[in-house]
Amino acid sequence: MERLLRINTNTGESEFLDVPEEFVSLGGRALTSRIIKKEVPANAHPLGKHNKLVIAPGLLTGTPVANSGRISVGGKSPLTGGIKESNSGGTFSQKMAKLGIKAIILEDKPEKVSGSRIIYVSKDGVRLEDAPGLSGKGTYERAKMLFETYGKDVGLMLIGPAGEGLRLASSIQFTDPKGRPARAAGRGGLGAVMGSKGIGAIVIDPKGGDGVNIADLNAFKDAAKRWIEILKSHPVTSSGLPSYGTAILINIINEAGALPTKNFRYGRFDKAGEVSGEKMVEIIKNRGGVVKEGCHPGCIIQCSQAYVDEKGEYITSGFEYETIWALGPNTTIDNLDHLAMLDRLCDDLGLDTIEMGNTIAVAMDAGLLPWGDGEAAINLLKRIYNPEDYLGKIIGNGAAFAGKAFGVERVPVVKGQSLPAYDPRSVKGVGVTYATTPMGADHTAGYAVCQNILKVGGDIDPLKKQGNIEVSKNLQIATAAIDSIGFCLFVAFAVLDTEGAMDTIARLLSAKSGKEITVDQIVELGINVLKDELLFNVDAGFTKSHDRLPEFFENEPLPPHNTVWDFSVDELQQAKVL
Amino acid sequence: MLEVKCFATLGKYTPVGGKLEYRPNITVKDLLRELNIDERDVKVVFVNGVYSTFDTPLRDGDRVGIFPAIGGG
Repeated sequence: MERLLRINTNTGESEFLDVPEEFVSLGGRALTSRIIKKEVPANAHPLGKHNKLVIAPGLLTGTPVANSGRISVGGKSPLTGGIKESNSGGTFSQKMAKLGIKAIILEDKPEKVSGSRIIYVSKDGVRLEDAPGLSGKGTYERAKMLFETYGKDVGLMLIGPAGEGLRLASSIQFTDPKGRPARAAGRGGLGAVMGSKGIGAIVIDPKGGDGVNIADLNAFKDAAKRWIEILKSHPVTSSGLPSYGTAILINIINEAGALPTKNFRYGRFDKAGEVSGEKMVEIIKNRGGVVKEGCHPGCIIQCSQAYVDEKGEYITSGFEYETIWALGPNTTIDNLDHLAMLDRLCDDLGLDTIEMGNTIAVAMDAGLLPWGDGEAAINLLKRIYNPEDYLGKIIGNGAAFAGKAFGVERVPVVKGQSLPAYDPRSVKGVGVTYATTPMGADHTAGYAVCQNILKVGGDIDPLKKQGNIEVSKNLQIATAAIDSIGFCLFVAFAVLDTEGAMDTIARLLSAKSGKEITVDQIVELGINVLKDELLFNVDAGFTKSHDRLPEFFENEPLPPHNTVWDFSVDELQQAKVL
Repeated sequence: MLEVKCFATLGKYTPVGGKLEYRPNITVKDLLRELNIDERDVKVVFVNGVYSTFDTPLRDGDRVGIFPAIGGG
């Protein structure tokens, strides 16, 4: 029997509730966005008592089906002022599902926040505990302390000093199967929402949980077997991602002339090879690190890794393409050891790596530190540990805020959120997504890099406008559905190229729920998620004029293809389901 | 002269120094043959940063990038 868990962070009261009929067929992003749309006033202050933080496993999370262990975290974003769903791996989601909790909803906030408190959730109920020792500590230290107190089998969701200090770029970190807080619901500053409610960590203890109910086990097993075949027979999910991690993209995006370099001035970085996935794997192998591992049990793609220093000591994992690009080519830092340390610092402080890379680039444009200086960037981020350091506070607020503080015009954001690792002038499909997704600039929301560059799921010219509105729209719908099911987004590489893969997903959902679910209904689920999100944003004051990239993209041709951003705001409206 | 780089699982096929003598009238297909790369292992070829087919003719000075199937994000 699935239940909702509501926790009032002011009174400390908590309540397990039956799932209302209207939420039964929702999970993950569909559920977080529906609850936010329904229960949070669109004009609420994101750090005020009317905002809520909603945490929901996907519809298939907790079942044995491969790559279904992702989690959605939702709220009104302090970074964008719009609705936010931020998605992460880690072990928390499956442990929540094992306890039969469909969503945790953090409500209200204490009159006065003094230090971080912990919420401990087990089959016996909920405890809200003071944890004075946690305050000011990084997530690695916090995780160590929490595992010592609650045992190694719990899952952790936690913020660091950035979230505690209500920084706009703060993330929520999740522990991976090895207990490292290296998985992140990074985007949109949701760590600050958690911090505003005085919650430093949620500990989920799955012991004795009933597990997930599957209505038709035989049909489920049959579909799950086919699902593994689909993932194992596609070269991206079976070979490319496990061999080199997501950083395999550095070289191909660079060759395509779309790797944003030196704060989006050029489409190629002459040192790209030094920070590529190939180079990362060579270093890891030479030093005895781990080339491939999964972010949650049941992952058969295994795109993560453990990056180690020269002595073989662990530095970071989940060392992603986006992270390496944002902190590397975008700032012209070309030393992977420095980039690994910057990634570690972001995870430990609880900060979004994409936002921090862009913020450092903006700071470099302002002359605060030299271009390409990795050690200076490391020292800059370390200032955020000190809550009294005002430069640290500015950096921790992200690129838009820092750009205003420093008087920099060149700030690559949409709706206040930093652009990811594909220049929209030369990957126009993903540019359409940056401009139109309710999330603010976000590549995962509609990853047209597939069709534009990687030639997965179709072939659409990345340098021309034709076809790119349509592909972004369709991908935004599909992604919203995948995020609601709890699948890792990378399954899409195989799904897009495999006939009948959507039928397999429909069979899995039908067998799990005991109700016939069609492919059309999955598409409808995705459309409805986007409708909830877009309507929330309209109520929050967003108009079509917010669907705009910064003007330098329209004015400055990007070498080597010398493309500019040339979609009008009116043309872009066609990419939205409303 | 052609500037040729092969990536990821095809990395070992990159010619010495990333350069190859240009021969007139060759296509991407001819280049793959010269490098002993099985066409079935190739997903994406960029010529001067533009997605190209195996029949695309090459010109002196072209920059060619050869990739297997790749994804990430």
